[in-house]
Amino acid sequence: MQQAKCLPAQADRHFFRETGMLTPEENTMNNKKSKVVQYNRWGYIFLIPFLVTYVIFQLVPLADTIWNSFFENYRSGLKQIGPNFIGLANYAKILSQGDLWKYAGNTMIMWLIGFVPQIVVSLLLGAWFTDPSLRLKAQRFFKTVIYLPNLIMASAFAMLFFTLFSDGGPVNSILMNLHIISQPYRFFASVAASRILVGFMLFIMWFGNTTILLMAGMMGIDQSLFEAAEVDGATARQIFFKITLPLLRPILVYVLITSLIGGLQMFDVPQVLTNGTGDPARSTMTMIMWLNKHLYSKNFGMGGALSVLLFIITGILSIVVFKFTGTDTDK
Amino acid sequence: MKKKLLSVVLASTVVAGLAAGCGSSNSAAPAASTAKDEAAPAATQAATEAATEAATEETAAADEGKVLNIECWNTEFQSRITDHYPGYEKVDDTTGKIGDVTVNWHITPSDNNAYQNNLDQVLPDNASADADKKVDLFLMEADYAKKYVNADVTMPIKDLGITDDDLKDQYQYTKDIVKDSNGDLKGLTWQACSAGLIYNREAAKAALGTDDPEKVQEAVKDWDAFKATAEKMKKAGYTMCSVNDTYRVYSNNVSAPWVQDGKVVVDDNIKAWVDDSKALADAGEENTFDLWGDDWAKGKYPDGKVFCYFGPAWFFNFSLSADDAKSIAANGGWGYVVGPQSFYWGGTWIAAANGTDNPSLVKDIMLKMTTDPTIMKEIAQKDSDCVNNKTVLTDLASDDSGNLALLGGENPYKMLADGAEKVDMSNISDYDQGCNEEFQKAMKGYFDGNYKTYDDALAAFNKAITEKYPDLTTD
Amino acid sequence: MKIKKENGAGIRARRVVAYVVLILLSFLCLIWFYILFINATRSHAELSRGFTPIPSTYFIKNFQGMQHSTQPIMRGMLNSLIVAATSAVLCTYFSTMTAYAIHAYRFRMRKFLYTFILAVMMIPTQVTALGFIRLMLKMGLMDNFIPLIIPSIAAPATFFYMKQYMDSVLSLSLVEAARIDGAGEFRIFNVIVLPLMKPAIAVQAIFTFVANWNNYFTPSLILKTEKMKTLPVLLAELRSADFLKFDMGIVYMTIAFSIFPVIIVYLILSKQIVGGVTLGGVKE
Repeated sequence: MQQAKCLPAQADRHFFRETGMLTPEENTMNNKKSKVVQYNRWGYIFLIPFLVTYVIFQLVPLADTIWNSFFENYRSGLKQIGPNFIGLANYAKILSQGDLWKYAGNTMIMWLIGFVPQIVVSLLLGAWFTDPSLRLKAQRFFKTVIYLPNLIMASAFAMLFFTLFSDGGPVNSILMNLHIISQPYRFFASVAASRILVGFMLFIMWFGNTTILLMAGMMGIDQSLFEAAEVDGATARQIFFKITLPLLRPILVYVLITSLIGGLQMFDVPQVLTNGTGDPARSTMTMIMWLNKHLYSKNFGMGGALSVLLFIITGILSIVVFKFTGTDTDK
Repeated sequence: MKKKLLSVVLASTVVAGLAAGCGSSNSAAPAASTAKDEAAPAATQAATEAATEAATEETAAADEGKVLNIECWNTEFQSRITDHYPGYEKVDDTTGKIGDVTVNWHITPSDNNAYQNNLDQVLPDNASADADKKVDLFLMEADYAKKYVNADVTMPIKDLGITDDDLKDQYQYTKDIVKDSNGDLKGLTWQACSAGLIYNREAAKAALGTDDPEKVQEAVKDWDAFKATAEKMKKAGYTMCSVNDTYRVYSNNVSAPWVQDGKVVVDDNIKAWVDDSKALADAGEENTFDLWGDDWAKGKYPDGKVFCYFGPAWFFNFSLSADDAKSIAANGGWGYVVGPQSFYWGGTWIAAANGTDNPSLVKDIMLKMTTDPTIMKEIAQKDSDCVNNKTVLTDLASDDSGNLALLGGENPYKMLADGAEKVDMSNISDYDQGCNEEFQKAMKGYFDGNYKTYDDALAAFNKAITEKYPDLTTD
Repeated sequence: MKIKKENGAGIRARRVVAYVVLILLSFLCLIWFYILFINATRSHAELSRGFTPIPSTYFIKNFQGMQHSTQPIMRGMLNSLIVAATSAVLCTYFSTMTAYAIHAYRFRMRKFLYTFILAVMMIPTQVTALGFIRLMLKMGLMDNFIPLIIPSIAAPATFFYMKQYMDSVLSLSLVEAARIDGAGEFRIFNVIVLPLMKPAIAVQAIFTFVANWNNYFTPSLILKTEKMKTLPVLLAELRSADFLKFDMGIVYMTIAFSIFPVIIVYLILSKQIVGGVTLGGVKE
């Protein structure tokens, strides 16, 4: 759902290159050689800020996280317990309790509630925006509007939805004025309504972004293919399903996987919407919210083990991304 | 130019590396020891001399820190100080001045243990913190006071020079709760928080035909009467209250603490709360709103159609929106009765943090704000607080000076004073805030039907508790 | 582009459907902000009486109420501004530098490092958060902006974007020409490469700014005192409602205050932002 922050839109360039949608001219530079050799140490120098920062703020913490996952180490009030080495006991505890799977399930359900309409709507809008025969007016306006929610602070958006959908909030008040309901509907007391709200918010926040990505992909498709199809008497629907969709496959896969990785990291919206409880009955608790609970109570052992498991899951998905995007490092 | 910049980059990486490796422990250590050395004599000095010799106190004060840091979870105490402490000047919303000392208010909301976590973080290292960053004073609630009282992060008040004689007018329970295992008193409060039932007079007239406190008390004198009244209220179009309102009435009357030998035990009386509340909520006679939420607060207005809240005296002023002309409180529409069972709620204790560099100012604040009869009476009258002073309360109960406008002129002080004598805090534990919060959260799921059975909800509670307090066990 | 000569009625019908759906979606995107705006102009008492679509007169009162609430919202906005702006500057400058290192020089570790940076792009910040907090505790950097700002120097995703853009605009012959003129490597980067990268830097600066402005996870773990907190952290606190005199008018005003600046900036820059989403990929 949420596009993974760490992998923004531009990665899809590979798709275009792969599918021949783009005219790459970067191969030129491999030919220039020899003269630059004496300057090449500057490559290392320019990399220092990145590498130093990365090592200090990411790799060291990552190693520390993994190291901590083998210890019993937490705070209880003013008392510090541990660290005591306990091997894989934290992992055993997490994997045997079954909570992780429940929260993974919650995360996936809310992700799907948002992602399915998102991809359908985005494909539809993308097709309309790029269809020359439709000649839609005010495209700029619509694109601006649908992209807008993506920039809104998720915590502010969630807080806003919490107030709007609270038992005495404006939404209930509007529905009651319209005589659709006679009693306030308790959105946050219902499992389905709470999950749908989270999914809906993510849909609103991300469908504009996905539309623009898919549009870019669609515009990259060779126009002559459409023209040929039209000459052959294909309908708009046939063109969409037989030409646009298959050619769009790589970018669709990219959207799917980045969105899935982003979905695994789902946190802000349900966290603020439910004040971190994941209620009702922990049905909106995501994996990261659960991790946050352990971090919050300074339970470093359990938090570490959970982080490592999340790391493995995203790692596997990332490898899938690389396989699909065909990122080659020799450019 | 490039060389210069490169060396800057290199230098900063070296510095960063040092800081990561050993900087913090090395540089902090000497500061810690010196600070401790300074703090200890200052404290003893204050303890031995300050009580008798004003002159010494003044010189001590001159030597003391120029910054007074106060940790708290809301602005209640801040407004008490602003209104009643002589010489306090407000600078802005989070700073003030007393003489040449700057007062900083550090507010951390208490929700989800955030306030406690913050104290857990800063207090143990307080003695070694920079002079201007030292916590001097912090506030605590009954739910977790024991935790800080029994640790050495809190200063015994006798070390500040406060004597038992200063405290003779205070209620015993307010002292019992903040005594450590050696019997040393470690905090003081200006409030006596016995609590009762605050009812909407309109609702009482509509459903019970009277708003006379004695008759209303008859109608809520025990839980069976309470349930019968709830039924009548529903017929009259009123909700009784939130299930969370009654929680403390049950939880204060338990027979054993939440945690016994490291194990969390749900008391029978708390189970009774679940059963009663489930029945009332299912019947639509009570709602399940969270305390302090917007939906819950709607009952403070006539349109909210809520019969009652449960609360102590601070609730009158603090939580009934009396300054909003449309609220029930502004029109004197509330009444106060003891309710089904007597209970207490909250109360804010002032404690001196070990390591404070302003001991004499801390002492003065503690004494003035909790023992000075003039200030106590001012607080009672201006803020309708139930103060921790037997003489003042008896005064207020005896004449019209204790009549409160928001209660339609009723004088609650006799009931409040009687309640304060009865408060029993023998069943509190260090973990009460977490247990109370998580239990109510889990049971809300049961009341709303998201957990099918009580056992499911209990399992959710147990899980939440072990996440919050990994050292506790559950059934 | 060519005009279809088929069945005109069919196209007209499809066009109508398209407009209806687009207007509906626009409505879904905007209605929340409209309600927010209306409610920010209403008093607590008015709000408790239900929703009306007409603005009221309490805008200024609520604004003043927000300024004097227990939460330092103005300070929060300043904090957010500091963190987001400095992060954006550091992130774009050093990401461009990193991209340039990989783009312009042929050194032994180049391929390995490039693969490494791409590989770590996927590691979510959340899984290293635990070690990150422990490290910040040890370094005494809790409740400080440094842990929020400095790590943005190493932003693999921004680096990747810069690298992609550089591939299409920066030819090495330009660099070599500068070398022949005797310019140092650092000077070449600052004087020649950076200006060429301006469009990409602008886009990434905006995205980094917005991402940091909206970031909630890390600041909520790092920042402790009210005066240091950024807007998202303060906003999340509103949800826990442990306040005296809880005033919904002020709550709506606070949300509005943190959202509307971004909306205004967005409306001004919308062309670049919407275009920027695909800039690295598509040239029209």
